[in-house]
Amino acid sequence: MKAIPVLETKDLGREVEGKTIVTGVNLAIRKGEVLAITGPSGAGKSSLLRMLNRLDEPTHGTVLLNGEDYRSLPVPELRRQVGMLLQQAYLFPGTVVENLRFGPSQQGKELDDAVVEALLERVGLQGFADSDVAVLSGGEAQRVSLARTLANDPCILLLDEPTSSLDEANRLGIESLILDIVRQNGMTCIMVTHDLQQAARMADRVLLLEGGHMLKVGTPQEVLHA
Amino acid sequence: MLEQFFHTELSLSIAQAVIAALVSLVVLLLSYWQRLSMEKEILIALVRALVQILAVGAVLVFILQGPLWVGAIILLFMMWMAAREAARRAKGIPGAMRVTFYGIFLGSGVVLLVMIFLGVIEWRLDSMIPVGSMVISGGLNACALALDRFRGEVESHTGQIESGLCLGAQPEKAIMPYVQKAFQSSLIPRMNALRALGIVWIPGLMSGMLLAGSDPVIAALYQFVVMGMIFTSSSLSAFISLLLVRRHIFSDADQLLLQSKYIQSPKKDRVKLG
Repeated sequence: MKAIPVLETKDLGREVEGKTIVTGVNLAIRKGEVLAITGPSGAGKSSLLRMLNRLDEPTHGTVLLNGEDYRSLPVPELRRQVGMLLQQAYLFPGTVVENLRFGPSQQGKELDDAVVEALLERVGLQGFADSDVAVLSGGEAQRVSLARTLANDPCILLLDEPTSSLDEANRLGIESLILDIVRQNGMTCIMVTHDLQQAARMADRVLLLEGGHMLKVGTPQEVLHA
Repeated sequence: MLEQFFHTELSLSIAQAVIAALVSLVVLLLSYWQRLSMEKEILIALVRALVQILAVGAVLVFILQGPLWVGAIILLFMMWMAAREAARRAKGIPGAMRVTFYGIFLGSGVVLLVMIFLGVIEWRLDSMIPVGSMVISGGLNACALALDRFRGEVESHTGQIESGLCLGAQPEKAIMPYVQKAFQSSLIPRMNALRALGIVWIPGLMSGMLLAGSDPVIAALYQFVVMGMIFTSSSLSAFISLLLVRRHIFSDADQLLLQSKYIQSPKKDRVKLG
């Protein structure tokens, strides 16, 4: 029997004030797959990603999560299952541990110290729990942001150009960290990037968008070297 | 000195107004001297202020002799106008007029009702209307400040708010720090006024009572009563407006609508969910 895709878009699209931002996106993403969405500026990459956890509302079509229309889920629950890392870290003022505990506390859960340390260890920030986020570097802040997203234990990870505000060394570090975590946990990952080399390095499949339309989808070799 | 030349109360008041206007003309001369090109504007503002306040005085002559329900209608009209003015400071916030009207109506209305019921404000038009206008104008200022600050906070913290939403937070939780900041900021002018009361400035009401020959202690106590009412009405109006607006800036599916890209026409972008 064919496995149900973990996430599937059905004719997904969005218009704002009569202007088409994204249209007719049909995709099926398997569990454990890493998909990179790429394309020129204004192609609708981030808009497509933001629709996948309902940060923006589709005006056409829908998204199926494990075969179920995602509108049937309570929005906070959907966003816990489909975690998202934004372009910048956007940490909340306070300490690292307070940021990590934010997500679970929304469901009345408190992360114990051992889980906090394990999360920090996974992102290479052991001993940073009580650090003030104001003193973190850009790379460290993005690692905290990743750990904060992982604290909700999502099954799908959305990444919106997560390394675009970092320097080369930090970029490669975060890239390999994300890949390790995704592979180890069998997570599904959908990332937006304008960097074709990054897409080739990280993704199993690449979706090329232009003017809100799907131009090509396939392996990095098929899409980027065609 | 003026009493030597003007023997009736009306002629004396007109003479005082003329002298005040002449003194204000110093600013006009200053503008001419410094080439600020504001002479016409200053002149129009002075004449307009005189005409407006005289018109209000003339209307009040008739209104103050009318039945008490006229007072309620006038206060409601003032609240509506105040809400309209406050909503202008809340550009881009969906349903701003509704938010400011409920904020001012409930915030100022509750204070006025309680004070009238307890007899602090006398059940007379010449007491209800002037005190009511001060209370409502306090609500207007606080509402406008709160919403202006709130909009600024949301626009500059879109990333943090959306991060909160992405982590499964309810909109009310994700927006809470910015509601608190807006509320604190709306209280600053009133807190300053309370701190400076009597030391840095003697407010208009007390000054007026002193000029009219009232006992200074009675004038001071009444001034405090009015300041207290304005403080409460301002705080309640701002608080209620912020409580209402924090839900208005999210769609039914907990999506942040108040972002700079939506400012032009937020309603069009609101998506009805099936």
